[in-house]
Amino acid sequence: MISFEGVYYSYSDRPGESALDNINLKIEDGALIAILGENGAGKTTLIKHINGLLKPQRGRVVVDEVDTKKTTVASMARKVGLVFQNPDHQLFAETVEKELSFAPVNFGLPPEEVNKMVEWALREFALLPYRDRPPFLLSGGERKRLALASVLCYSPQILILDEPTTGQDSGQKVRLASLFRRLNAEGRTVIVVTHDMEFVADFIPNVVLLSHGHLLAEGPAREILVKKELLENSSLTPPQLVELSWDLGLESPSLSLEEVVSAIMKREGSGT
Amino acid sequence: MPILEVQALSYSYPDSPGPSLHGVNFKAEQGEFILVTGPSGCGKTTFCRCLNGLIPNSYGGDFRGEVIVDGLATTEHPVTEVAQRLGLVFQNPENELFCTSVEREVAFGPENLSLPRSEIKSRVDEALSSVGISHLREKSPEELSGGEQQKVAIAALLTMKPKVLVLDEPTANLDPLSAESVVNILAGLNRRSKVTIVLVEHRLEMAAPFADRCVIFDNGTISHDGPPADVLYSDGVDALGIGIPKVVQIAKILAAGLGFEGRPLSSRELSDMLEGERKEANIMGRRADV
Repeated sequence: MISFEGVYYSYSDRPGESALDNINLKIEDGALIAILGENGAGKTTLIKHINGLLKPQRGRVVVDEVDTKKTTVASMARKVGLVFQNPDHQLFAETVEKELSFAPVNFGLPPEEVNKMVEWALREFALLPYRDRPPFLLSGGERKRLALASVLCYSPQILILDEPTTGQDSGQKVRLASLFRRLNAEGRTVIVVTHDMEFVADFIPNVVLLSHGHLLAEGPAREILVKKELLENSSLTPPQLVELSWDLGLESPSLSLEEVVSAIMKREGSGT
Repeated sequence: MPILEVQALSYSYPDSPGPSLHGVNFKAEQGEFILVTGPSGCGKTTFCRCLNGLIPNSYGGDFRGEVIVDGLATTEHPVTEVAQRLGLVFQNPENELFCTSVEREVAFGPENLSLPRSEIKSRVDEALSSVGISHLREKSPEELSGGEQQKVAIAALLTMKPKVLVLDEPTANLDPLSAESVVNILAGLNRRSKVTIVLVEHRLEMAAPFADRCVIFDNGTISHDGPPADVLYSDGVDALGIGIPKVVQIAKILAAGLGFEGRPLSSRELSDMLEGERKEANIMGRRADV
C-alpha cells in the first residue's frame, strides 16, 4: 500500500507556492488508478514522492510500510518503477536488448532470469525485430514501448507511468490497458498520470483529481468524471461520452457507450 | 494547379527491410484543411517528411515518385526553397525551438531571408498576434508550457508566409485544453488566410469538425480519402485501429436501432440532428392524423 499522510511540498525556487498541500491519500495494492489535473496541479510532484525522488517537507509517504524519508531512492527503485513521459529522457543503451537487460542485471537477477525477462519483453512489446538496433533508430511510438518494457523487465511491485498514451494509436491503448489489468491480477499497483481522458474513461476504474497542489477528489472514475463542477474546477475536459450526455441533456451522464445509447434510444423512442 | 501533388510515392529508409510508403497518391488544393490519421507506424511521419523535402534530401534512402509543392519538385529543389512555401511542425517542441526569446525565435526565418527590418518586425507582430501569443514576446521558450511552445513554433513558420502548414501530431504532448486551443488557431488561420493545413492527429473528435477532408494511412499507403463524415462512417474503418469519435460510434448504433440517418461529427451536430428527426417525425405524425 502507498500512503500519503499530511504531505506538504514546495520547490525551492517557488517557496511561497505549495506544489503539494496537505495530501492525504491511500492507494491499495493491485489498484489501477489515474492521477488527473491541469498542468502545474502537482501530478508529477506527487508521483516523485512515491519512489522517493522527492521527500515531503511535512508529513510522510509510506510505501509498503517503509517511510520514504528513511530509505534511499535506489532501494525504492527496486519496488517502484517509473516510466517517463519522454522516452528519450530514459533510454540510453546501445541496443534494445541491452536497454532491456540493464535494470535486471544491475538488480542482481541471475542470467537465466534476465534472459527470460528480455525475451518476454521483446515479444510482448513487438520489439523482436529490433533486438540489436540502437533505441534512437526506433519510431517515437516504439521508443515509448521500449521505455515501458525496460521498466517491466525488473518486475516492480508498483508501476508509475507518466503520460503513457501520447503518440499511441487506439489499438496500442487497448493493449496497454490489457497489460495493466494483467499486472493488477498479479497484485501489482499501476498508477497513470495522464491528460488522456478518453483512455481513463474507457479503461481506468479509479481516479485522483489534483488542482493547485490540493486533492480535490478521489474515487471511481464513473462517479467523478461525470461531475461538471469538479471537472471545471480541475480545468479538465470531460470525456466525449460525458460531454455528449450533457449536450444531449441526458438525465444520467455516463462513461459507458451502452448506457448513453440506451438513454438516447429510450428518449427518442418515447418521442419526448 | 493543386498546391500539393504527390504521385506514386514510394520510400524506404536506408538499410530498412521494406518500404515505409508505397504507391501514395495525394493532392491538396490551396485553402483545404486536411486531417491525416492512421495507426502507429503507418507512414504518417514519413509522409510529412516527404512533403517538405526532408525526405529524400536529408534522409537519403530509396525514393520513387514525385512530390510537388507549389510547383516545385522536392527532388529538384533544396529544402530551404521548399520550406518557404511549406512549414513543418513536429510533435515535440523541445526539438523545434532554440532561441533565447520568443521574438527572436519567430524572427529567425525572415532574418535569414535578409528582409528589411521593418518587414521582419511587421511579420513578427502579425504572426504573434494571429496565434494569440503577443504577450509572450519577451519570454524564453523554456519558460513556456507545451501548448505555448507549439504556438511559438507555428508563429515561427507563419513569418515565412507559407502556403501550406504541415503539423505532425502537434498536440501529442499537450493537455486537452491546449490541444483544442492549437487546433482552433489552425482552423482560424485556414479560414482567414486560406493557409492549407495538413494536420496529423489521433484525436479525431477534436479535429474532424474543422476538416474538409480526412485521409487515413494504413501500412504505408492511403486507404481512405474524402470528407470526414464519408470516411469515418464508411464500413471497415473501425478495424483500422484509429480512434473513431464516440459520437460516430453512437450514431452508427442509433442508425441500426432507430433508423437514425444523420452522420454527426460532434455532439452539437448529433443533438441538432436528433431534434431535426424528432420534428420531422412529429410533422409526419400530424400529417398522418389529418
